[in-house]
Amino acid sequence: MKVLVAVKRVIDYNVKIRVKPDNSDVDLTNVKMAMNPFCEIAVEEAVRLKEAGTASEVVAVSIGPKAAQEQLRTALALGADRALHVQTDERVESLGAARALAKVVEEEQPELMILGKQAIDSDNNQTGQMLAALTGRPQGTFASAIKVEGDSLEVIREVDGGLQTVSLKLPAIVTTDLRLNEPRYAKLPDIMKAKKKPLETRTPEEMGVEVASQLKLVSVEPPAERQGGVTVGSVDELVDKLKNEAKVIS
Amino acid sequence: MSILVLAEHHDGHLAEGTAHVVAAARQIAEHSGADIDVLVAGEGVAAIAEAAAGLEGVARVRVADHAVYGHQLAEPLGDLLVALADDYSHVLAAGSTTGKNALPRLAALKGTQQISEIIAVVSADTFKRPVYAGNAIATVQSADALKVITVRPTAFDAVAEGGSASVEAVDTVVDNDLSSFIDEKLAQSDRPELGSAKVVVSGGRGMGNGENFKLLDGVADKLGAAIGASRAAVDAGFVPNDMQVGQTGKIVAPDLYIAVGISGAIQHMAGMKDSKIIVAINKDEEAPIFQVADYGLVGDLFELVPELEKKL
Repeated sequence: MKVLVAVKRVIDYNVKIRVKPDNSDVDLTNVKMAMNPFCEIAVEEAVRLKEAGTASEVVAVSIGPKAAQEQLRTALALGADRALHVQTDERVESLGAARALAKVVEEEQPELMILGKQAIDSDNNQTGQMLAALTGRPQGTFASAIKVEGDSLEVIREVDGGLQTVSLKLPAIVTTDLRLNEPRYAKLPDIMKAKKKPLETRTPEEMGVEVASQLKLVSVEPPAERQGGVTVGSVDELVDKLKNEAKVIS
Repeated sequence: MSILVLAEHHDGHLAEGTAHVVAAARQIAEHSGADIDVLVAGEGVAAIAEAAAGLEGVARVRVADHAVYGHQLAEPLGDLLVALADDYSHVLAAGSTTGKNALPRLAALKGTQQISEIIAVVSADTFKRPVYAGNAIATVQSADALKVITVRPTAFDAVAEGGSASVEAVDTVVDNDLSSFIDEKLAQSDRPELGSAKVVVSGGRGMGNGENFKLLDGVADKLGAAIGASRAAVDAGFVPNDMQVGQTGKIVAPDLYIAVGISGAIQHMAGMKDSKIIVAINKDEEAPIFQVADYGLVGDLFELVPELEKKL
């Protein structure tokens, strides 16, 4: 079966972000960018399905500026067969991304599409669910294990308080949670090989989809700074402070 | 136009998160003057609907009681919300795994950009929400006719009980041949639920292994606390993921948060820094957790935690 996997270019998770002085947005100039960690897990799962003989082809898709091709090359180095870049400089939010991906799904007809459950920049946790709704496909969100069973997919989901197992009729959409797998690192020879793998570039306009954001970003502010407190010298002092100063225990 | 709140419920009980989401809905209603409806969808949910009718500020409870909504699967829940949404200006749910699962489906099918995990209501169309693991707070304004919103429950104080809303049945029954429920393994615990506990004791990589997490039990017992963990502890396989506090796990804001053997990675702090009082116990005095802790105790957790248990 054909597996599509979505990847998003985001700020590297180790970078401490700064808000622009005019509070218009987060400052991304000269900041290290990387593949969203949940998308890395999605790519890994797709590649493992291919290695297991379940998937016949893995196609990576990204929506974003020209530089997003770096993350598509990473996906190719990790084992995707080809890549599709929907190039736009618009600020794309989940609905726009889901619309573009729905168009790709309509054209490519994958049996399975895997996405990260959320991107660590917008922290929305929406795109996979929206894509499932727009394509009329079932969804297995926050997956910690997936298994193809004939024409259905069994998904173990991380839910509040534990795990839920659902069965989805293929074709289906899956979003990854942290424990689905541990992504590999790309090896140098694979990075070299990835440069020769096919990467197609298209625009939302030629695909006939509207990706621009419908939400107005009014302002972005740093959060209220939490003041560090005091170091206490002993457990006795701690218990005393909690009782008599903070009054959170009795 | 009214506001619709999707009730959160588990195991036949109305979850506490619902009262917090209704509180957010009331703040919106202050600007728009709207009534608040609560939707209870599930199978055998009459008692839950009664509980929802008792929440202050709720005008009407609508009950969709049918086997197809039995496990609150996203596909039928999304379709039900789509069928009801035309009566509403806003649809709200908790930012729980249920709310996150179903609401984007409604938003997509209505052509609305959802607003996730709001922490403040500025006006009926403008909201604040954390981005970048809470390291920035974005104010966003929606021009969509229907606003679809998930709410961070800890950011709004729960409404009181004592309301007396009317309860009406919804007879909309949708089809679902796409997904089916197989089973559920929920952690059995006598402890309070992590997301709503007044006190949380969390362990990190410094705990060393899963067995050592038992050390936290004594302290948690004495304080009536829930037990959480950092992502590092979950990744290391010490404890299950449903204990994870952080950007990618649960967001908590208890009165007292005790971080044991947790260094304080950005993504962990995103999940707990709105706690009223933070205590950190760590042997590394340079650990970033001490920068947000009200009270820091530097030393060996294996000595300090048993001592703390004794002295509480």
